Amino acid sequence: MSGAAVLSLRQVSRSFGPIEVLHGVDIALSPGRVHALIGENGAGKSTTMKIMAGYQPPSSGEVLLDGAVTTFATPGEAEARGISMIHQEFNLAEPLSVEQNIFLGRELKRGPFLDKRAMRAKTRELLERLECRVSPDRLVSTLSNSDKQMVEIAKALLRETRVLIMDEPTAVLTSAETAILLRQVRALRQAGTAVLFTSHKLNEVAEIADDLTIMRDGAVVWSGPAAEMDEHAMATAMVGREMSDLFPPKDGRPGEVALELRGLTVPGFSRDVSLTLRRGEILGIAGLIGSGRTETFEGLCGLRPATGEVRVNGQPVRISEPWQAQAMGLCYLTEDRKTRGLLLAKGMRENLTLQALRQFSRGLIDTRAEEAALDEAIREFDIRGSRAALVGNLSGGNQQKLLFAKTMLADPRILIIDEPTRGIDIGTKQQMYGFIRRLAAEGRAIVVISSEMQEVIGLADSILVMRHGRVTGELSGAEATEDAIVRLAMGVAPTTAGTAA
Amino acid sequence: MTDIARAPAARPRLGRIRMGVIGPILALVVLMAIGASMNENFLSWNNMTNVLARSAFIGIIAVGMTFVITAGGLDLSVGSMAAFVAGLMILVMNLALPSMGVGLPVVMLGVGVALLAGLVAGLLNGIFVTALRIEPFIVTLGSMGIYRSLVTWLADGGTLSLDFGLRTFYQPVYYGGIFGISWPIIVFAIVVIIGEIIMRGTAFGRHCAAVGSNEQVARYSSVRVGRVRLMTYAALGLLVGIAVVMYVPRLGSASSATGVLWELEAIAAVIIGGTFLKGGFGRVWGTVLGVLILSMIGNILNLTDFVSPYLNGAIQGAIIILAVVLQRESKAGH
Ligand SMILES: Nc1ncnc2c1ncn2[C@@H]1O[C@H](COP(=O)(O)OP(=O)(O)OP(=O)(O)O)[C@@H](O)[C@H]1O
Ligand SMILES: [Mg+2]
Repeated sequence: MSGAAVLSLRQVSRSFGPIEVLHGVDIALSPGRVHALIGENGAGKSTTMKIMAGYQPPSSGEVLLDGAVTTFATPGEAEARGISMIHQEFNLAEPLSVEQNIFLGRELKRGPFLDKRAMRAKTRELLERLECRVSPDRLVSTLSNSDKQMVEIAKALLRETRVLIMDEPTAVLTSAETAILLRQVRALRQAGTAVLFTSHKLNEVAEIADDLTIMRDGAVVWSGPAAEMDEHAMATAMVGREMSDLFPPKDGRPGEVALELRGLTVPGFSRDVSLTLRRGEILGIAGLIGSGRTETFEGLCGLRPATGEVRVNGQPVRISEPWQAQAMGLCYLTEDRKTRGLLLAKGMRENLTLQALRQFSRGLIDTRAEEAALDEAIREFDIRGSRAALVGNLSGGNQQKLLFAKTMLADPRILIIDEPTRGIDIGTKQQMYGFIRRLAAEGRAIVVISSEMQEVIGLADSILVMRHGRVTGELSGAEATEDAIVRLAMGVAPTTAGTAA
Repeated sequence: MTDIARAPAARPRLGRIRMGVIGPILALVVLMAIGASMNENFLSWNNMTNVLARSAFIGIIAVGMTFVITAGGLDLSVGSMAAFVAGLMILVMNLALPSMGVGLPVVMLGVGVALLAGLVAGLLNGIFVTALRIEPFIVTLGSMGIYRSLVTWLADGGTLSLDFGLRTFYQPVYYGGIFGISWPIIVFAIVVIIGEIIMRGTAFGRHCAAVGSNEQVARYSSVRVGRVRLMTYAALGLLVGIAVVMYVPRLGSASSATGVLWELEAIAAVIIGGTFLKGGFGRVWGTVLGVLILSMIGNILNLTDFVSPYLNGAIQGAIIILAVVLQRESKAGH
């Protein structure tokens, strides 16, 4: 295999300060093949990819391009030699338009002037290929996460890439969008491109990967043709233990009503949302991205202007600021950990206690108590990564766990969790689901917003489906099937819904 | 943003922090060495206390500025605010003098007026920034012009002078002191210590850094973003009031030339001290170093005739630019 490899790593190690996070990694990408790299959060997948794309140098070991040892001084150099990378975090210039982003640094010119017409046409063509319906003029800052991802992919498609590296490209995509992306990947494979990608959704890996590399704790633990591994075997190899049921049993006994919404309206996003949530209950909110789920609950928690009747524990309340919501025991855990959830330039301790700082301060902040809380959170949520590191340097999944721990310190009685397991590995997912169920069992009322249908079905006691900002139906027990959700989410008949499922 | 993904191999954290800490200290030490080698009087007790006393006004204001900048704000109005508050204080004291007579009550009235006026002025800036969501640069550029013209108007284009008898009574607040340390230095030190404790040790300090680092994250974390911002401006206004209380006894007058460019010196001191101009991280002790560095440059130029003192501003300007360059280097790690 390595004989025909375009790009490979040989015995690559990488240290950050005194801590070695990659230990002698070998991996080889072949033209016309899709290579999946999987592993737990913090296993070193992103670091491996960054080394391959020239974003970081290896501490020791070699990068080989077409069999020859190479060093990339800059990512630009790697790019010039046909290697593109799409990052786990978006790498877009938010204030610029879609078109300007796609052509950033490689603008088409006619004489000294920009050739706007050609760029416009090319942008349209790329977006069409990705079945993405945003206008080239839209500012990237106004796009949804999934559209941003499509722009990232369009940017990579524009370049003549021999090697395309994608770090969790599908984490923010719906299943329909994922299907589009996978079609593009197949087309690239057909054209002879070597593709490397990571995903925590093992069904995608099983579906598209030709080769597979599994990492655990910074080392490769298995490598070979993907066909030799089924999803269960992958999960076991990643986590290093036998995986039992992913979802905990639904043994909740709903108590009295904790939250009641009547006609909640968030202008521009959702209309007339009503629901009843009981203590001990997990309510799932399903729907397509853009169906107004996030905005509805942000409106509820004072993060957006909203109107309508809200009752907490039977008392009518008015919430116009998030801190008021928190004072009533109502917390919203954001889906966007990078720009709304965590201070990336600060350490774990400051982030952990930010939401509940009053608990830690009697005049002065008790740093000792904060450290103890961090110890506790690291243990309880199994957060991996050096304590001294900035949160921006933690792996994506570990950031998510920290965000969860942070919100739980505020001890919410009613907790709204938006995309709880985005970018989280399967072993941790199982832990999180168990954890969310335990929170419900403690008598808390929980709302889980999720684009992963398996997740809502497996976790929630009942499910509300939203479409275009309205609740289109409620499902519980045996009615809660993927097909039923898709039908309500798309507003189409069951026969045509099959393609998107 | 994109820094995280782009930064090739961030340097170990320890090295980075150390450079940021050592930078301003090193600069101060070098300056003192230069000063000492050029003039033997430089390190004398008299000269040192003189430098400190003169920098106390800017220093007191700069401590407040550290909080405003850390929380992602800016205040350009402090210089003219100081002039206006000083003018108002003198006016009120002169007016009250005939009925109250020279004595402590009149001074206390003046102090009260100065503190209240500073607080209200700061609150106004803060309300415009938070409630009306106007850029701090614009709001305080506006109030800078307003206060400057108000003091000119109060003084009718000239100078407001404190009644001579009252001035003599009030003067010890600037010139007096205990154990040979004058009051402005003592007040400055107290403000610094309290500021340092608040910045480092309290929820408010943490919230300032959070708001400046990422306002959205702070909001989603139930931090009362508007109130935190408002309080930084109010605190800065109050500190301007305190600085004025220490300043008026020095000259006993206020005019349209009072406090000119104080805002720039205060902001410069904050930045030289290692606080991030775009917010998110601030340190009060660094600001103190910044203030000392700036005033020592002036002092050295005055004591030696090597470089003309008229070039003071140029050298200070160069140092400010240098400090920001160093800060960026140590932050980006490349
Ligand atoms: N710049 C850095 N400084 C310090 N530690 C780092 C840095 N970058 C990565 N690490 C550490 O290296 C380890 C591997 O991180 P990496 O991002 O490669 O994991 P990952 O496999 O991509 O995880 P995830 O699935 O959560 O994205 C983590 O423990 C992380 O904290
Ligand atoms: Mg990763």
